[in-house]
Amino acid sequence: MRKFSISMSLVGFCLTVVPSFFVFYEKLPWKTHTQLMFAGMILWFVFTPLWMNKGKAE
Amino acid sequence: MDTHTKSSISERLDALYEFDREPVSENKLHGIGNFIGMYAGEHVAGTEFIIGPLFVAHGASASAVFLGFLFGNILAVLSWMFLCAPIAVRTRLTLYWQLKKICGTNLTFIYSIVNALAFCFLAGAMIAVSATAVGLPFNMPMPGLEDMYPTSVSWVIVVFCVGAVVTSLAILGFEKFSHFAKICSPWMFVVFVAAGLAVLPKLGCTSIGDFWTVANEKIWTGVPMAGQSKFTLWHCMFFAWFANMAMHIGMADMSILRYARKWYYGYASAFGMFLGHFVAWICSGILCAAADGSVAPGPIAYMGAGVAGAVCVVIAGWTTANPTLYRAGLALQVATPNWKRWKVTLVAGLITTVAACFPALAMKLLEFVALYGLILMPMGAVIFADFWLLPKLGLKSNYAELTGSRFTWQAGLTWALTLGAAYYMNQLKLELFFIGLPGWFIAVILYVVLSMIFQKIQKKNIPAQEAPNA
Repeated sequence: MRKFSISMSLVGFCLTVVPSFFVFYEKLPWKTHTQLMFAGMILWFVFTPLWMNKGKAE
Repeated sequence: MDTHTKSSISERLDALYEFDREPVSENKLHGIGNFIGMYAGEHVAGTEFIIGPLFVAHGASASAVFLGFLFGNILAVLSWMFLCAPIAVRTRLTLYWQLKKICGTNLTFIYSIVNALAFCFLAGAMIAVSATAVGLPFNMPMPGLEDMYPTSVSWVIVVFCVGAVVTSLAILGFEKFSHFAKICSPWMFVVFVAAGLAVLPKLGCTSIGDFWTVANEKIWTGVPMAGQSKFTLWHCMFFAWFANMAMHIGMADMSILRYARKWYYGYASAFGMFLGHFVAWICSGILCAAADGSVAPGPIAYMGAGVAGAVCVVIAGWTTANPTLYRAGLALQVATPNWKRWKVTLVAGLITTVAACFPALAMKLLEFVALYGLILMPMGAVIFADFWLLPKLGLKSNYAELTGSRFTWQAGLTWALTLGAAYYMNQLKLELFFIGLPGWFIAVILYVVLSMIFQKIQKKNIPAQEAPNA
């Protein structure tokens, strides 16, 4: 579960930052970028509390 | 002030800081990773959204911004590393206990109250930052750079709503919220970067090669907005250096760095400085330029990152306002012994929220941050001189502890005279940002000279075995 949560947080993290590079190089419309950032935000805040600040034993 | 009042203040202050009365023991020291995480998280805050745009508004040039922030942040890191951390790891005490040993309880009490009020205004600026994002769906008119007073009824209502939430959370305690803040920090940083990057095409920059040209011609043009003073490289450098003056030169971070295994862990502050006070300030400056000079954090973040940007502004404001308000409540509690903590925090929250209604607090944030550091800096200089210089001059350190004094005049006069000198320098047209440096030297010299005088006059108060040779 912990590994899955970390993976999903990572996906959320990447969805937040990676699309902006495509917007910068004009390969992605701004609207899509904001929608992906929104999805990234949801993933980050749903899954990160499940593993961050908690011991590995958990 | 009668004896009873004196002892009760002392007891209340001691009780407040009881848990960290003892020097940190060897087994409780932390590795460098903890400090890197803490500094990186703490310095990517809500205020970064407004500080970056203010440099654009003040017409700083691109080279002034990049070089000024670079050198200023390096100097800030060196201040943590060579001024604050070495004393912190040798004493292993918090600022409060170190000050109490040097200045006595009453002067430390005055310092705590001044600090608490400054915290209230800082939290107020963060609430104002959050309010600009919360007001977005309601088409609330945003305050502009020149606005000093509340601009609309909707602004006041939104600020009061945000203030009520922040105050309620501070009353409930901030332990859980601080965990939440840790979760937010990495995400907030990438929102800054993503938003800044995504708006660059609006400014005509679609490749890395274009960046410097666009930066000079469209972002940091070197031309201040109407009614704003012109900022040079020196302004950028001194602001970056002294943005956290209360923490490094002012020694407030002794409370954190006392847990460091080695003095050089002060370099961990570089992660906060270069992520928050370099990258985030630059990204928010880009957002401001892309928004045609608007400095309201909510709209500019929305423009760069959509809903996630607006949420980031709200969270950034809340996560930093909350512990700030909590600490202000704790410090003010000392002055109101018969009040419950929730009541004190409520009053602190009310002061903070009323202050947040005035956009001047956010729009003049650079000046406020400089003033806040300047007011608290002299006591850091006192600690520095007391720890390093007095023993070398044959004088006694920790004079209040040695003599049982509740108010050491050498420290009190140093604080007052340094602030008087700072006011005088300001009257001579020296800007607030530049006063901290001469002010520190003035404070050190004053404290040494006044210690010589007072320790000689009060020689009889010093225990015989401790009396100075001089």
